[in-house]
Amino acid sequence: MKQLEFERRHSTFWDTMESSLQRGSTLEPERLSNFPKDYRRLCQHLAMAKSRRYAAGLITRLNGLVQQGYEALYGQTLNNKTTIIEFLIYGFPASLRANARFLWIAAIVFVLPYVAIMIACMVNDQMIYSVIDAGSVRMAESMYDPGLGKLGRERQSDSDIQMFGFYIYNNIGIAFKSFATGIFLGVGSLFVLAFNGLYIGAISGHLTALGYTETFYPFVIGHGSFELTAIVFSGAAGLKLGFSILAPGAHTRTRALQNAAKDAIKIMYGVFVMLLIAAFIEAFWSSSSTLPNAVKYSVGACLWVFVYYYCFFFAANRVATYRSQDAA
Amino acid sequence: MKIDTVALVETPEGTDLHADLAGLVPRTLAYAIDLLIRVGIMCVLGLLMLFLGEVGMGITLIVFFVLEWWYPVLFEVYRGGQTWGKKIFNIKVVNDDLTPVALGPSLTRNLLRGADIFPMFYATGCISILATERFQRLGDLAAGTIVIYCETELYDRTSLEQVEAVTPVHAMSEDQQVAFINFALNKGRMSNDRQQEIAEIIRPRMPLNTSNASDYVRGVGKWLLGAR
Repeated sequence: MKQLEFERRHSTFWDTMESSLQRGSTLEPERLSNFPKDYRRLCQHLAMAKSRRYAAGLITRLNGLVQQGYEALYGQTLNNKTTIIEFLIYGFPASLRANARFLWIAAIVFVLPYVAIMIACMVNDQMIYSVIDAGSVRMAESMYDPGLGKLGRERQSDSDIQMFGFYIYNNIGIAFKSFATGIFLGVGSLFVLAFNGLYIGAISGHLTALGYTETFYPFVIGHGSFELTAIVFSGAAGLKLGFSILAPGAHTRTRALQNAAKDAIKIMYGVFVMLLIAAFIEAFWSSSSTLPNAVKYSVGACLWVFVYYYCFFFAANRVATYRSQDAA
Repeated sequence: MKIDTVALVETPEGTDLHADLAGLVPRTLAYAIDLLIRVGIMCVLGLLMLFLGEVGMGITLIVFFVLEWWYPVLFEVYRGGQTWGKKIFNIKVVNDDLTPVALGPSLTRNLLRGADIFPMFYATGCISILATERFQRLGDLAAGTIVIYCETELYDRTSLEQVEAVTPVHAMSEDQQVAFINFALNKGRMSNDRQQEIAEIIRPRMPLNTSNASDYVRGVGKWLLGAR
């Protein structure tokens, strides 16, 4: 059949398909029952046009139509609000529990340097300078110096918002980079974890040795639960990427990486939310000096319990079901 | 490794969908434009926020964060895979089965910019684009996404209406027929002089009384398409 004849016969059908597909990804109910059949017909036309070597313009048009039809038929839309809420409640802990071994590794790589340097800094007051430059140490000291009469970070609410912006930009950026550089066989994530462990550990140890405990610990206990845990989680997600390339198992490396990324990104959604909460607490709660330390300690302790209960123990049955559905 | 700029995807119906992959250069240029837009927004905002003091500083930092990490994600998910820069170069991000990207893959490929940018100027990403079969940077590999050209090659039959169908005088191979047809349908994408120049090449094979070589070739193309 010549091309013009082929077009004459089918162009009304293509025009109908075109207009119904352009109306958006959702099809009207009355078209829905016929759609798979129409779509297969379109596929057949494309195949015929190709094998008969019809002109490129026609093939392009049919290819575009088939592509739109393919999207309408097989594409997935995940804008369902309940799905998103369900993910936040059950999906995030489910993906954490499914990746427990990476969480353990990340936690060890973060906590070991933390504890080691903290002890070292408490024993030797010069030790901190091997990790952090003198300027930053002076700044940290002045921020928490109880002798100054008020918290170094005591601020007006104006600067609370400034610090909120800073924590979001800086801390979430670090977590994202820690995740991303995990793709280099995990090296980037390991580095970020160990480095942050050393840095935060050194400051904690140094300030404890100086006796600034009454200002430092009430400040950090509130947001620490969310912030430190989320840093470990993002490192774990990065390690998962790196490990999938190192040991792809039965898949090709690319396929293994994609599977790992699909899982790891779910952890990153949660990390993002956790760090938003942490930034909020750090900017507006932790920095307050009007709150008595007893309140800060007890609220902080509750937050720690809440974070770990939610991540690892909350709704064990529901989360397990979610996990198995997810894997299927 | 087979090097081709066409990505083929087989649908469950057994037909191949095809798309043209965008290479390093258009992607870099699109990124540069996005960067200019983002830097522009930051400068304007930064100046405005100077009047708001510390609150302004906080808001600026939050906007920085959104522009750095979420700008491409929002465009890819809600604007059909195209940031403004990509729109200018007529390219878009899709899943490697040519379906539109959802939040998960989009976030994956954009968070992994942190790796592609390493150690500077997207060196890792550029090497990855050049070295992979479907021009993917690390973020694309992990998310299973590709960057393709949006189809624009529209089919324009009006170019046929101005010529008479001409019965060819020689038997033609299939490839020759396709060449004639494509020439006939491609009017408007080449200057008239260029069309004449190309058509004149086969002047010795045309009937002696042919006056306009390009009209003759298009006429034959029209005949081959089935017009009489």
